[in-house]
Amino acid sequence: MDSKLAFYIVKRVLLAAFTVFLVITITFFVMKAIPGGPFLSEKSPSPEVMAQLEAKYGLDKPIFEQYTTYLKDVLHFDFGPSIKNRGRNVTDLILEGFQTSGKLGIIAAMLAIACGLTLGALAAVFHDKVLDKVIMVLSTGSVAMPSFVIATILLLAFCVKIPIFPSNGSTAGGLVLPVIALSLYPMAYITRLTRSSMLDVLGQDYIRTARAKGVSPAKVIFKHSLKNAVTPVITYVGPMIAYILTGSLVVEQIFVVPGIGKFFFSSIINRDYPMVMGTTIFLATIMVIMTLISDICYKIFDPRVDLS
Amino acid sequence: MKKSVNEMPKKNPLSLQLNLQSFEPATDEEKFMQQRMRESTTFFKDGMRRLKKNKIAMTCLIIVLAVVFIAAFVPLFYPYSYEDQLGVVAGQKTDASYNNLKPFEYGETELERIENGEFIFPHIFGTDAHGRDYAIRVIYGTRISLLVGFFASIIVLIIGAVYGSISGYYGGKVDLVMMRIVDIIYSLPDLLMIILFATVLKQTLEPALEGTALAKLGTGMISIFIVFALLYWVGMARLIRGQILTIKQQDYVLNARSIGAKGSHIIRRHMLPNCISVIIISTALQIPSAIFTESYLSFLGLGVSMPMPSLGSLASEALSGVYSYSYRLIIPAVMICLIVLSLNLLGDGLRDAFDPKLKK
Repeated sequence: MDSKLAFYIVKRVLLAAFTVFLVITITFFVMKAIPGGPFLSEKSPSPEVMAQLEAKYGLDKPIFEQYTTYLKDVLHFDFGPSIKNRGRNVTDLILEGFQTSGKLGIIAAMLAIACGLTLGALAAVFHDKVLDKVIMVLSTGSVAMPSFVIATILLLAFCVKIPIFPSNGSTAGGLVLPVIALSLYPMAYITRLTRSSMLDVLGQDYIRTARAKGVSPAKVIFKHSLKNAVTPVITYVGPMIAYILTGSLVVEQIFVVPGIGKFFFSSIINRDYPMVMGTTIFLATIMVIMTLISDICYKIFDPRVDLS
Repeated sequence: MKKSVNEMPKKNPLSLQLNLQSFEPATDEEKFMQQRMRESTTFFKDGMRRLKKNKIAMTCLIIVLAVVFIAAFVPLFYPYSYEDQLGVVAGQKTDASYNNLKPFEYGETELERIENGEFIFPHIFGTDAHGRDYAIRVIYGTRISLLVGFFASIIVLIIGAVYGSISGYYGGKVDLVMMRIVDIIYSLPDLLMIILFATVLKQTLEPALEGTALAKLGTGMISIFIVFALLYWVGMARLIRGQILTIKQQDYVLNARSIGAKGSHIIRRHMLPNCISVIIISTALQIPSAIFTESYLSFLGLGVSMPMPSLGSLASEALSGVYSYSYRLIIPAVMICLIVLSLNLLGDGLRDAFDPKLKK
């Protein structure tokens, strides 16, 4: 590994660490700006109870001390107790929800990458043929649909009109529709990305050379072109994870999947602030790390990229 | 031999006199060569010509204009209003038959009036669970979504253009510091931050805004604008900085500098007009992304406040009755897709027409 690449990686890791720190800081101070604190709900407790509650959660200390305590706790992966789910830790709730959400997200990401690459390569190989046009129309259409629209249309079509799949995401086979709903947009995006970079590669001289040498068409496509056309897709992996994670907040709500999105959604409505803070920081950290990994991979896989 | 009148005398090569031959009347052939074969074209005209050739982009332009027209003018003379609950008189529910009407159905009192020969405007999409005419709610929701998209893009445009051009023009340390800030903001997860701000602003702004005109718009909308102003401009700033960096090398900038023009003047008069194509294209593509964000937030319940509709909140409301009234979900969903799709394709068409790099 040359020193330039090492320098780049160090720089990106530092930036990522700073971003996570910034997210924690913003989340903390923004949530503290809410008047009344987390205990003011429909029926306000008496001042004595309030004082006791504040002492219990450390809210009576000066704001900066609260901040440093919170920062220290977060570094130990402790987001404090949930206010609305009595006796539960935010960390436990997040981890519990993430088991489902993580599975959902990984399957959706895999599906999006596999199908997107295949469709994109097909469209490029059959450029300007009927297949290419069909794929392009479908992918342009899917990019224009928000995830909740896709999810509800799938729900209507395959749970209500033709009941093939259960509408409840916690049952067997219930994850099929949420996965499709989440992966459709990134799949369409990857298809377009692969198609354009593949078309670019197919026009290069070395492809013509390979063909002139008599290399079989399959080998030209898979070995010579696709390998080189994949690199732009790597940069999209980070944003894709971000899309899938935020999209899952809504999709899980629609399909009643017991994931992190469900907790987040209900904690917004119930004003469970530690839960909102914890989930935001947790999801943001995953997004930042994924973007970091995909950026570094891009530099490693494509040596032509200028590091300066 | 007598010289003809029209023939010019030959010029002596050593004479300092003007060459008389250059005063000869032009022949027809020469006149023809001077004729302009084609109107000279400006950058804008040339782009429009190419845009007009693009059938998909023109269709999308017509759709967008039609949607804007309907959203802007139809509510002015539509017989129903988006917040009027039919069958409710002075806050009292008098006629429950108006709730959940199917398309083209009438409430009981309306049926009586039709019997008496009165003309009642049909409820094209029926009514919602509170007896409000659904068609006008969709039209009004479209208006709100379009307004959000438009103003959010304007905010992004202004901040991005100012920031990017200053950073690009002054370069050096100024550029370095300004771009590091952009890098950091760029790496923040935007939607999560929007949700966070929207949640908080809903609590903090609601009491402050009560009674003002802004209260009607809802804190969700305001937080969308605030977040766009805080986070979304970075993409635009990067783009414009890149443009400015190349324009900076041009001779006319050097010329303007040498006659003592100030930096702000050069940016405003010379540089920004020269990256107008990039600005138009990315603003056109920013609008659908803002509409997307708005509908997403409204769906989470953080968007416009009741009873004001937006396409996202209409879809979200319809979700509870999706099994019996699925059209109520499909109509706003189709509207969102139609607007976003046609704006996306129009943006692509604009890029093909106006981006000088793609010119063939």
